[in-house]
Amino acid sequence: MTTRPPANEPPPLEIHDLTVSYDRRPVLYGVDLEIPRGQLVGIIGPNGAGKSTLIKAVMGILPVSGGWVRIFGRPAARELRRVGYMPQRESVDWDFPVSVLDVVLMGRYGRLGWLRRPSRADRDAARSALDRVRMLPYAERQIGNLSGGQQQRVFLARALAQESDLYFMDEPFAGVDAVTEAAIIEILHELRSAGKTLLVVHHDLPTARKYFDMLVLLNMRVIAVGPTEQVFTYPLLQKTYGGRLTILSEVADAVGTSS
Amino acid sequence: MSAALRPAALLLVLAAPARASAARIDELTETRLFQQAVEFLTLADPVVRTALAGSLLLGVCCGLLGSFMVVRRLSLAGDAIAHAVLPGIVLGFFWTLTKNPLALFIGAVLAGLAGAFVLGLIRDSTHLKEDTALGLVLSGFYAVGIVGLTMLQNHPLSGQSGLETFLFGQAAALSPDDVRLMAVVTGLSLLIVLLLYKELLASSFDPGFSRCLGLPVKLLHHLVMVLLTFAVVVSLQAVGAVLVAAMIITPAATAYLLTDRFHRMIFYSCLLGAASGGLGVFLSYLGNRLPTGPFIVLAASCFFGLAFTFAPRHGLLHRTYRLRTRRTTIALENALKTVYRIREDKGFSEEGVPVGELQARLGEPDAVFTKLLRALTARQWATWAPGDTHVFLTPAGWLRACAVVRNHRLWELYLTHAADYPPDHVHDDAEVIEHILGEDTVRQLERRLDFPDTDPHGRLIPSLGDLQQSLGVHPARPRAEGYDMPR
Repeated sequence: MTTRPPANEPPPLEIHDLTVSYDRRPVLYGVDLEIPRGQLVGIIGPNGAGKSTLIKAVMGILPVSGGWVRIFGRPAARELRRVGYMPQRESVDWDFPVSVLDVVLMGRYGRLGWLRRPSRADRDAARSALDRVRMLPYAERQIGNLSGGQQQRVFLARALAQESDLYFMDEPFAGVDAVTEAAIIEILHELRSAGKTLLVVHHDLPTARKYFDMLVLLNMRVIAVGPTEQVFTYPLLQKTYGGRLTILSEVADAVGTSS
Repeated sequence: MSAALRPAALLLVLAAPARASAARIDELTETRLFQQAVEFLTLADPVVRTALAGSLLLGVCCGLLGSFMVVRRLSLAGDAIAHAVLPGIVLGFFWTLTKNPLALFIGAVLAGLAGAFVLGLIRDSTHLKEDTALGLVLSGFYAVGIVGLTMLQNHPLSGQSGLETFLFGQAAALSPDDVRLMAVVTGLSLLIVLLLYKELLASSFDPGFSRCLGLPVKLLHHLVMVLLTFAVVVSLQAVGAVLVAAMIITPAATAYLLTDRFHRMIFYSCLLGAASGGLGVFLSYLGNRLPTGPFIVLAASCFFGLAFTFAPRHGLLHRTYRLRTRRTTIALENALKTVYRIREDKGFSEEGVPVGELQARLGEPDAVFTKLLRALTARQWATWAPGDTHVFLTPAGWLRACAVVRNHRLWELYLTHAADYPPDHVHDDAEVIEHILGEDTVRQLERRLDFPDTDPHGRLIPSLGDLQQSLGVHPARPRAEGYDMPR
């Protein structure tokens, strides 16, 4: 599966001077980012830093008030087919009358095009995605009859079924137990090894330095981007989190245990 | 006869036959009812045919689009649109001064769109919330509509316009042209939903993700809302502005209770809509052309009531039944646990437990206790017959007892160790949790607590591996593999 990229292939994600506002109040401004291929990138920052906003704006879910985004060198809206997305679990109504398999099949809709129904091959792809997150036995269940961690895995399976090259994941570890978290991170590492690029919104600092190749420190603007070992430093984290004491002590612990 | 007496005599003459018929009125209405039912069911009358076709169509159309409204949590939008289109009906009538279906339709759709526009304007340019904006538009437009309708009623040109049918609905007032328009709208809606099913499903379930798939989510939303407006407008004459929202919500809500799959929900919703439409027209026909709207909605509400009570998974009866069986299971498990405790106190020396001791520990009165023993025997967890002095657990019952005790003690241990609860605070919590801990959770707890032997009170935590061995069910297994939890 690992195909070498053409030497001159443009980066999976390039963001220039991106500004996003809610009600004319900017929540993100002047974001510049360039993410190279095959990286597992963590987006880190305090609550309200605009982490989710950033990935939603990149995909055009939220309107952008300035700047541009290129995906594989082309305007984002044209290359959405190469983008996979795992939204936060809270973004949907889990009472919705659909089965687990129905939801995972939605990951295939992007490549199906209008008027065409999912084929047997699509169903097989959806099933194997479910198998990968070990949720195949639950395929026919209504999605409300699942635990939080299982729901998270269904969303991961749906993103896998998209078979994209660039993934955005919004807090994939929120509310899951340690076993599920380990299973999810393993899959993310597999995807990265297969040459995919992944941007993951994450809020837990101690695990952030373990999980990710690169970090984006975000607080309404980009504080720092780079390889984890270069960016995960006390001064930069302090700059990102401002004066929030509890988090700072957590940071101190995290930095302290590593050295 | 004097002039003064003449009117009185006239009254008498008039009253006489009336009194005579009053004596037979019951009989008369009965035969009339029967005749009317036959008349309706043979479909001989073209008016009946038109009314029935119209109601069936509107049922399908409203049921179809209502499904989307219910799952998108937009149920009240149907109500708002139904009220907002009323001024448009008046406008359409002024335009042609007849009940030309197309003119009314265009007027109503324009008014509906104006309503949606004002709704968006209020919501986006003030800090009022959606529900308030909805209420404002709904009542404001409706008031304009009522004023218009009343003016029309007094207008010399309108005469017998029959516009009041738009308020309460009269299927018999439908013209073949109206029904043709309904057929077009229903056909169009069915076709669009059939062709765009997967796009509509995805964008209803998860709009954000659908944007990422490249779907025009806003456009699809507007498409559904426009179809809904069409559906409301064509249904207005048969159901009436006041109640048309019920046709959007009720069949779809009923279907929502009946199934967990969206495509089936749509199908049931259309079916229920059509059934309500047909039944409503029939009843209103029997009632000598009473307004159709209330009857249709009444029928739909009856269907909902039935589903609410009897639906397989979400119905009231099923829920009550499930709750009761769960309560019974908890009572039985508590009895098993008590048997375990009694045997534990005696060092597991005796297999049987004296009935009197068990009853004393459980503290149940005779009748309840006997029922409990019977139920335990019926589930093959114990062997007991009236007159027996001792209760013996079956292997299955014993395993179950051990599982419950283990869950209880594991949980206590978890609370004291991992959650830092004082040991005298954990019992009540464990009493509840012991019945619902799943196998996965138990294994995680064991791993986390490093396969403990004793609970916070120093009592042994039963290991099912050992017990299975003692019962000769399975050869001994290393504990690290975890236990087989009996279900």
